[in-house]
Amino acid sequence: MNPWFGKIQHYARQSIAHIDFPLFAIALAILGIGMLTINSATHGGVDRTLSNAMHAGFAIALMWLIARLPPPKLMRTAVPLYLLGIVLLVAVFIFGIKINGARRWLPLGFTRVQPAEMMKIAMPLMLAWYFQQYEAVLKLRHYAFAALLLLVPFALIAKQPDLGTAILVGAAGFYVIFLAGLPWKIIVALLVACGSAAPFLWNLLHDYQRKRILTLIDPTSDPLGAGYHIIQATIAIGSGGIFGKGYLNGTQTHLEFIPEKHTDFIFAVFSEEWGLLGNSVLLALYFLLILRSLMIAAAAPTLFSRLLAGTIGLVFFTYAFVNIGMVSGILPVVGVPLPLVSYGGTALVTIFVCIGILMSIHSHRMMLKK
Amino acid sequence: MGDFHDPERHTERFRFRLVFSTIVVLLAFSALLARFIWLQVVQHDYYRTRAEDNRISIVPIPPNRGIIVDSKGVVMARNYSAFTLEITPSRVDHLETTIDALSALVDIHPKDRKRFKRLMDEARNFESIPIRTRLSDEEVARFAAHRYRFPGVEVKARLFRQYPLGGIASHALGYIGRVADRDVEWIQEEGREANYRGTEHIGKTGLEQHYEFELHGETGYEEVEIDAGGRAVRSLKRTPPVTGNNLTLTLDTKLQEIAEQAFGNRRGALVAIEPSTGGILALVSTPNYDPNLFVDGITTESWKELNDHPDKPMVNRALNGAYPPGSTFKPFMALAALETGKRRPHQAISDPGYFNFGGHTFRDDKKGGHGMVDMYKSIVVSCDTYYYVLANDMGIDNIARFMETLGFGQKTGIDIGIKGMGESEGVLPSTAWKKKRFKKPEQQKWYAGETISVGIGQGYNAYTVIQLAQATATVANNGVVFRPHLVRHITDARTGEKRHIEPQPLKNLNWNPEHVEFIKNAMQGVNTSGTGARAFAGAPYTSAGKTGTAQVFSLKGGAYKASALKEHLRDHALFIAFAPVDKPKIALAVLVENGGFGAQSAAPIARMVLDYYIAGKLPGGAAKEDEEAKESDAEEEGDAQ
Repeated sequence: MNPWFGKIQHYARQSIAHIDFPLFAIALAILGIGMLTINSATHGGVDRTLSNAMHAGFAIALMWLIARLPPPKLMRTAVPLYLLGIVLLVAVFIFGIKINGARRWLPLGFTRVQPAEMMKIAMPLMLAWYFQQYEAVLKLRHYAFAALLLLVPFALIAKQPDLGTAILVGAAGFYVIFLAGLPWKIIVALLVACGSAAPFLWNLLHDYQRKRILTLIDPTSDPLGAGYHIIQATIAIGSGGIFGKGYLNGTQTHLEFIPEKHTDFIFAVFSEEWGLLGNSVLLALYFLLILRSLMIAAAAPTLFSRLLAGTIGLVFFTYAFVNIGMVSGILPVVGVPLPLVSYGGTALVTIFVCIGILMSIHSHRMMLKK
Repeated sequence: MGDFHDPERHTERFRFRLVFSTIVVLLAFSALLARFIWLQVVQHDYYRTRAEDNRISIVPIPPNRGIIVDSKGVVMARNYSAFTLEITPSRVDHLETTIDALSALVDIHPKDRKRFKRLMDEARNFESIPIRTRLSDEEVARFAAHRYRFPGVEVKARLFRQYPLGGIASHALGYIGRVADRDVEWIQEEGREANYRGTEHIGKTGLEQHYEFELHGETGYEEVEIDAGGRAVRSLKRTPPVTGNNLTLTLDTKLQEIAEQAFGNRRGALVAIEPSTGGILALVSTPNYDPNLFVDGITTESWKELNDHPDKPMVNRALNGAYPPGSTFKPFMALAALETGKRRPHQAISDPGYFNFGGHTFRDDKKGGHGMVDMYKSIVVSCDTYYYVLANDMGIDNIARFMETLGFGQKTGIDIGIKGMGESEGVLPSTAWKKKRFKKPEQQKWYAGETISVGIGQGYNAYTVIQLAQATATVANNGVVFRPHLVRHITDARTGEKRHIEPQPLKNLNWNPEHVEFIKNAMQGVNTSGTGARAFAGAPYTSAGKTGTAQVFSLKGGAYKASALKEHLRDHALFIAFAPVDKPKIALAVLVENGGFGAQSAAPIARMVLDYYIAGKLPGGAAKEDEEAKESDAEEEGDAQ
């Protein structure tokens, strides 16, 4: 056999050795739905679709790189990444630029970044690393310290204010602690405590956040402001019916009734044009994505990789559930994008980095067992 | 808590929690699915009807922009209503055919079509977009007769910005133009997106930009019901817009006009300030441009013409040009010497006509020198040698420290443009400045020889005309500093309440009154018996001044002969002045690019401005430029290399 051919074959095989095909196929299918919907939301314009494809290309390349990293290397990044995240969040407080009354962006001369975004990954990494350190001696106080590690960035982000991101980061951290075996007694106690503290928390919320919750209960109370988004999105979904109005035919979308239609509210666009059928397919794809992630977690060899993979799966669930729930009117409006569907480079990178981590955990599991 | 540490049980519990999570995910997704079935199956008919028949659209109503008037109430920027022919693309089947048919009724130029295309790309598709602006009455009538043929086309009245004075004060006013990406970024930074929904124009430069958020007003909203085609069926609720606030300036347009005309077709700048308030009375940069060209989107040809013009009419020479001040720097140098105790007024030097330092000869303008020169004479006859010696004695950092308090080399904070981008800093040379400015260590060192030409306003010195005017006003006002500003008050459109801008003294430099008095006296001497005497002969008021000539081109030791040099290599002419001397009402700085000697071309402009402002005299005969100015009026020539 031609030795060159063998060599090429070898490299080809090696380059895809770390790709998990079921996971990748599901992600690409959802991404494809996203591309089509972005195209429709921008009235068939190609600009956004193309730039989203470019973002996706970059994100997938990053996924491929991360999939090749062995988990111990990932573990080593946990503490520096977390500390950097905290420093940047504090920096936002001091130097951040205010846009729309929220201080979320940090100017870096040539560009600006949202440090809260990196916490979505740094948070579970850090906690998974932490539990791995104390695997053999785990006591209640370790859970308490983990909760502290979670609360500091959560408070910093919630104070910006960016409730959407704070909830995602908080959820990610909670999943790690939950999967690490936080006793049920404490979970129940926490739930009771939260319930009884609700009136107090209500006072802590910003006016616009309270308004969003109130309009959820009765959207018609504020048809021009916060309620407008919910009403129009619900009309879009409801008018889609079982089979949808057809691709590029959503009148709610194309007559500009849906706000943020290529970003946070993109699900309304999809739902109007593809109907209940489309919704079921999309939900099934998300379920498969989550299931595959949790399967990887179940097969993972170390505590660190188990916790990380399980958390990522549940984070995917949170993203999808919070976004779709908000657009269809059963959850309050918080700024959470629909994973792999909403337009936006940062969110795509975050998701594909998570997928890369899952692939790294899965493809290196045998190596670690030895 | 033994079970925490048993690896087998640990894994088992982890798996159990994964299963538990999966069940939660399934339940949550089922809830979503149930919600979809509720909306898309059970309530589908209801929502379908709502989507198809009853769409409520919220249409922003942009407010009227505030107007700008001068100190006497003369309108400088206003709005006028004009008819536009507009098309709603979603209601027209064949756009091209429709536009072709319309062009038979009203003139539609290729540039109108181009603009229409551009606007269509930006707009939402149920909005109407202008294909022609400013229809004549005849065109409106002609279209009205044929209206039935054009569904989706209508005549609307829109407001346009107009600058009735044309080019006068254009560099102060600035202009508005269509909102561009850069403007959107600015609006977002300020968190004002909501108020700009429906706004098409925004201040791009000058006052129009600086006071954008005052002038803009508050956008109103109309809730309308629209049908499936996107056409408004009826109005449900209307929140009217609130007109923007009006600006009243300190600027006097008549004075401004006289000053601009005094420049003729020469390039230059003039800034006149009321010393006791910092209010700008005139702000000239010639040539000017017609801001009306920009309002509706400037055509490529006009833009090219303005940009490629060799005289650069778009450059604001008063704020953005940095020029060496030449001899107009001398009174400030003299004041620095008095205040720092380096000189007493009657200390005199003997001027041989040159100053030798480190092997270089720095020449005076007068061959043979001015003889014995004290401080008074040094200002009146503009003796260079006196200032060569003085600068050398003071040292560059002492000079810089004093000049900094006068505002040299810093932005004045005038209310033009945004984020301080409307004006330049200029250069106030010092050892620290040079270190920062240059990279190579051998260039970073300050040489004592470089201080000497700084003394006569040459060398690295470079200031804007407004800095020079501001420093003059500060001297006129005995060291009490005001921020230069153009707006006297803002009138709230809703309450009619007037909000005054400034004038509160920024700081008092606490100069010795005798020192200021001495400098003012010497500057008065310039206009009565010195280099400004010819230009101010017969003035019916007292005035103080100082001429200046700034080198553009270095002559190697030779004598300066204006006629022998190409125009753009000729020196810049400068003049600073204030009047009346005892109670100054106006202070100014004039610069004529490549005007030659300050006494010859800049001083007569100052005379015309002061004649009008103090004595109410209109130009014409009285202060004509003297064509035969003699060589004896000539000033310094700067350092010979």
